[in-house]
This record gives sequence, structure tokens and C-alpha cells, in this order.
Amino acid sequence: MTLDQLSLGEVAEIESIETDKLPLKLIEMGCLPGNSISLIQKAPFDDPLYLKVDDSYVAIRKETAQYIHVRLKK
Amino acid sequence: MSKSLNVALLGNPNTGKTSVFNRLTGLTQKVGNYPGITVEKKEGVCKLNNTTKAHVLDLPGTYSLNASSMDESFVIELLLNKNSKDFPDVAVLITDVENLKRNLLLYTQIKDLEIPTILVINMSDQMKRKGISINISLLEEQLDTKIALISTRENKGLDELKKLILNYRQLSCKPILKLITIDEDYFLNLEKTFPQQSLYKLWLVITQDVNFAKIDRKRVSDSTDFKTQSESYLKRLQQKETVKRYQFINGTLKKGLNIDRDAAKDFRSRLDRILIHKFWGYIIFFAILMTIFQSIFDWSSIPQDFIDSSFAALSESVKTKLPSGVFTSLLAEGIIPGLGGIVIFIPQIAFLFLFISVLEETGYMSRVVFLMDRGLRRFGLSGKSVIPLISGTACAIPAVMATRNIENWKERLITILVTPFTTCAARLPVYAILIALVIPEGSFLGMNYQGLMLMGLYLIGFLMALLSAWILSKTLKINSKSYFVVEMPNYKFPLLKNVAITVWEKTRTFVTEAGKIILAISILLWILASYGPGKKFSNAKQIIHKIHPEMKGENLDNKINAYRLEHSYIGILGKAIEPAISPLGYDWKIGIALISSFAAREVFVGTLATIYSVESNSEETIKNKMASEVRADGTPLFNLASGISLMLFYAFAMQCMSTLAIVKKETNSWRWPMVQLFGMTFLAYIVAFSTYQILA
Repeated sequence: MTLDQLSLGEVAEIESIETDKLPLKLIEMGCLPGNSISLIQKAPFDDPLYLKVDDSYVAIRKETAQYIHVRLKK
Repeated sequence: MSKSLNVALLGNPNTGKTSVFNRLTGLTQKVGNYPGITVEKKEGVCKLNNTTKAHVLDLPGTYSLNASSMDESFVIELLLNKNSKDFPDVAVLITDVENLKRNLLLYTQIKDLEIPTILVINMSDQMKRKGISINISLLEEQLDTKIALISTRENKGLDELKKLILNYRQLSCKPILKLITIDEDYFLNLEKTFPQQSLYKLWLVITQDVNFAKIDRKRVSDSTDFKTQSESYLKRLQQKETVKRYQFINGTLKKGLNIDRDAAKDFRSRLDRILIHKFWGYIIFFAILMTIFQSIFDWSSIPQDFIDSSFAALSESVKTKLPSGVFTSLLAEGIIPGLGGIVIFIPQIAFLFLFISVLEETGYMSRVVFLMDRGLRRFGLSGKSVIPLISGTACAIPAVMATRNIENWKERLITILVTPFTTCAARLPVYAILIALVIPEGSFLGMNYQGLMLMGLYLIGFLMALLSAWILSKTLKINSKSYFVVEMPNYKFPLLKNVAITVWEKTRTFVTEAGKIILAISILLWILASYGPGKKFSNAKQIIHKIHPEMKGENLDNKINAYRLEHSYIGILGKAIEPAISPLGYDWKIGIALISSFAAREVFVGTLATIYSVESNSEETIKNKMASEVRADGTPLFNLASGISLMLFYAFAMQCMSTLAIVKKETNSWRWPMVQLFGMTFLAYIVAFSTYQILA
């Protein structure tokens, strides 16, 4: 599944990212395969998304989140 | 003998870099611009010991050396250019103890440039609360440098940092990452082609848009196919590079850093729950804005009345104490009232900067960006446009510069174009005096009318910014990738020293910059108002005598002065434009103030003050002089209709040459500033015209 399908409070692991579609800055903030990612808060209309990626707290837009593939952690 | 060395402060945004800079340099700092570009240059001096001092440069905050904004690419350019006089002898990288991992990414990059780099771990006061412990000597060994553990909040560890800076020659300059391991073929080939150059520097030049050493760059792109590799291939290499760097950092931190998650008390999530709540978040934001605007008006009125009457008294005493002559009247009628027109607004401007800097210091601004992004996107803006739009209430110039971290060019351009609609501090003087003149005192639901009117004007500015943004987003045909990444920093209690320095620095700059223009304009105005062509000006006394032979004393003097002013150079100029502005409810004196306002809006009050001083000899305050101006039919010149028409004209017109200049620099073309100048001023005329015609 992609990141924008994650529910509030769920923790997932990044499976793969579409490098060409993502800003390098996000990758440098720790958005890399293998790292954990969780959804902390959504703004109204579910956009943008407030995430915890690795140890960084960032907000990105929903359309960007579609290029990040994640797997739910059990 | 004293020696000096160059120190560059680097670091991610929100690591307390500016606090370190303030602690090191105090009030020796200067803020200027780098020649030719609009990146803000902050430098200061720090005494290291009796013989050595450091020139400290506070570079813009950067997440990495892979630039995604103009500020970042400037940092890279400086670090690549050994010949620059600002090139650092030693780099000091500021990190935040809670974000050490991500902050170290930049560290490994700077270290790879083979510049001696001291690692500063800031906010050590947070360690206990967050359950963090660090093995410094182990980290120093792994990272191959010296570390200073400091707390700017508690003022700890800065002496150790100074010692490390002093002994920078003992630091290692060896790079950390072996680029070859990323892609052997590519980097071996690169190394073979340019054996003289550092590999990481070459790699940066290939991947960045940096203007450094133009010849070298040309050779890289001309002679080989390094650059012609597809963009996505290069980006994949950059991703690999980032992964490698994090592998190194993770390995290092595993041994050197221990975080006891259970000990961490998280007050971020508790505050976030309220401040970015889907409903309460917005209520709180608007409540904060309302409080700000109400208090700017209320709190400033006492010091302002005091300043106003002091300047009037000063002017009067200069006139009576100094021997009369050209110089005395220039001082009393030109310079002092003109300067009074700017000094009077120091309280309001200082309060405004105080609120803005507190909002930024606490980390609240990023939450506002998060809350507003979706809504603003409908108008073709970005959540990040909030910062320019809010700081535009101080001044459009830094606001236009603050658009640089908007990644999307179309959103950025629209933000730049509409930012001048927000009510800047220079409009405040005009509004304040007009509101005091034409809006009655009294209150509604506990808020006074005058405060409400002021808030209404701020709102109108924002609404016009939104409306024009929406129109621009529908009409401008620009395709650009929409990237939006905002860091949500930890909440912090604002550091008093940082806030105080920001308020002092910004207010001082505003007053001195505006002061220079105002001084020049008031001298020019005084000359134009004190001399005139033709007999009507030089024979004013005889002419008035002939018309009103019965007049005597003060009445006579005032009549003569008024007649003279009307036939002075400025009077002729004002009369010439009167037909164009009288449908808006203005007379020729306001016309003169409008013309001089094109240099800067805040000149308005000073101009009127100068004109009225030349005209009459009384020691009235500016406000009283304006209140006593009458039209030909005896009604006050400044009434509700003309006052509101004038305020709306100032709300929409583009009357700031400095903003036009900065927009030209930031957009790299005269096209956009011209769109602003003519579009906004035309709009202002239409609105002011209809307002006056309806209300009068």
C-alpha cells in the first residue's frame, strides 16, 4: 500500500520509494526504504499529512505520499 | 598584535544556530546583503582571546549540500569558493541533540569538502528530560573531529567552543565517505578525467546549480558526459549517497548515543493535539492574529502621543532659540517634522516584529503552514506562503525573500506578486493617523472602533492578496513540480535574547533606512515649498495686503504663508495633479504626499507635517494640524469619505521602490515588478474613487 492510505497512529515500514518523483530533501530527512514511518495528524480534507519519518517530523502533501510504498508493522 | 580568522556557522534550520551566533557575537553583529544577491548576510565579531578574534558568519539554515533553494545554493557556493574573502578557516556545524542523526548528514557532507569542522551539539539542557546520553569521546573518534556540547538556553559550553575554534588547526580535514563505493565506474572515470580535483567537489558541481569557478564547471560539462547522464540516473546516485551517509551515521550513533524512550516526556504531541486541531487549531490561529492587531494599536498609543508632542515642542524651541535664517527654518520646518513622522511609529513597528519573532521562535509558524496549506492551495498559493504573508505585515522586502523556501515556482511567483497587498509596517503610520482623525472613539463588543477599523484594513489586504492570487493562478501558464516538505520542529520557549536582538535589529534597520529617505525627501520638500517661480510667490505680502487690507498679526501671516505655499514649486506641482485626485476626495497637498509616497509609504505623514509647518507657525502636533485643514466650503478636509478613500488607496497601491527592486532581483525580470506597479496602483485608484463617490 502507499503512504496516503495509512490511518492515523499506524506505524509502517518504508518498502520502496519512487526516487524520481520525490524531493531529495524528503529522502535526506530519512524517507528511505527500511525506515519506519507513522502518521501523526492529518489536516482537514486529509491533506497535508504530518508524519514521523525515522526521527524527523515532517509534513508533506497527499500527492507526494502516493510515491512512498509502505508495509504495516505488526 | 591581533589575528583574525573566519568562522562559518552552519546547520539545519531549527537547531538554534542563530542563538549560538547571538551568544558568540552579541550586538557586534551586522546584517546586510551579499553583493548582487539578496541572501541576507549576518556577520559579527567574537573575541577568542587577547590576541585573536573571529569573524563569525551566520550562514542560512540548510538541510544538506544538495540545494533545493536559493539560500542553500548560496551556502554551497561559498563553501566551494576558496578565493572568497568569506571562505571559512573553520566551519562550526550546529546540531540539535534531539535530531542528531539527521543533522549529522550535513556534517558528513561538509567534512567531505575537506574543511576543518567543529561539531556543536546544542540544547544539552534537553538531554535529561528526553532521556538522552552521549559518549562524546567515542563520537569524536568516529566522526574524526572535536565536539562542543553546549546549551544556548543556559549559556553553557560556549567557552569550550571558543577554545576549539582557536585551535582549529589541530582538526582533521580527511573526508568521511568514499564516493567510489557508490558507483565505481562513474566515480573512477570522474577521478581519472580530473585528477587534480576533490571528488566530492566535482560531484557537487555536477549535481548542483552552483556558479562557482565558471571555467572548471565548463570543463566538467563540456569534455565529458558526466552531466549528460540522465537526471534520474544522477538522482539515484544521490539517493545511494544519502543511504551510504546514513549507514555511517547509524553505525556511529549506535555506539555513541543512547536514547531512553521511556524517560522522554513528549509535550509536542499534547500541544499538537490542540494547536493543529481541525477546528480549534484555526480558532486559536485567528485569535492570535486578532490579539496581535488589537495590541499593536492599544499598547503603542501612549508612547506615540508622547513622541508626537515632543517633536512639536522640539521644533518650536529650535525656532525660538536659534537665530532665524534659512538653516533654522530648514531644521524646524523640514527636518524635525519629517523625522518626527518616522520616530512616532517605532513603538508599533517594534511590537509587530516582537510578535512575529515570537511566533517563529516557538515553532508555531510551521503548524500554521500545515493548517493553511490545503486552503491556500485553492488560491494558487502554498502553506508556506503563510510566512511571507504574515511577515509582510512587517515589511514586504524580507517577506519576498522569505518566499525562497517555496519549492514550486508558480506558487512562489504568485506569493511574491501578492505579498505587497499585506499591510506592511509602512502603511501603519498612514492608517494610524487617518483612523485617529476620521474614525470616532467608542467600542463595540469590547473592541474599540479604531482597533476594528485597523483590523479591517489588515483583513482587506489579506483578502485582496488571496483574490489576486486566485486570478493569477488561473491566468498564469506555468508548469512546475509541486514539492512540499515542511519540518515540524519541536516547540520551544522563545529565547529572550534572540527575540530582543531581532526586534532591535529589524526596527533599527527600518528606521535608519526609512529615515534616510525621509530626511532627503523632507529637505527636498522644504526647498520646493519655500521657493517659487514668478511674482505671485515673491510678492505674496503685497498681494495679500491689497486683497485684505484689514488683516493684521497672526491671521495675516498665515494668509501670506498659505498664499506663498500655493505658488511655490511644490504648490504648482500639487495643483497640476489635483484634477486627477479630486474625484478621490484629496486636495493638492495630499497630492504632494501621494507623489512623495512613491519613494516609501511612510513618507506620507512626514510630508504633510512638513507642508503644514511651512504654512503655519503654530506649535501644533501633526494630528491637530491635519484635523484643522478645511476645504473651500469650510468642512474638514479629512472626513469619513476622504479618510477611508485614502486608506484604501494606500491599502492597494504599489508605492514602494525598494519592494519593486527586490521583486526584480528575485524574479530576475522587470516584467513582474511592472505588473505590480501598474496593476496595483490602477486597482487602488478605482477602489478609492468608488469609495469616495459612494460615501461623500
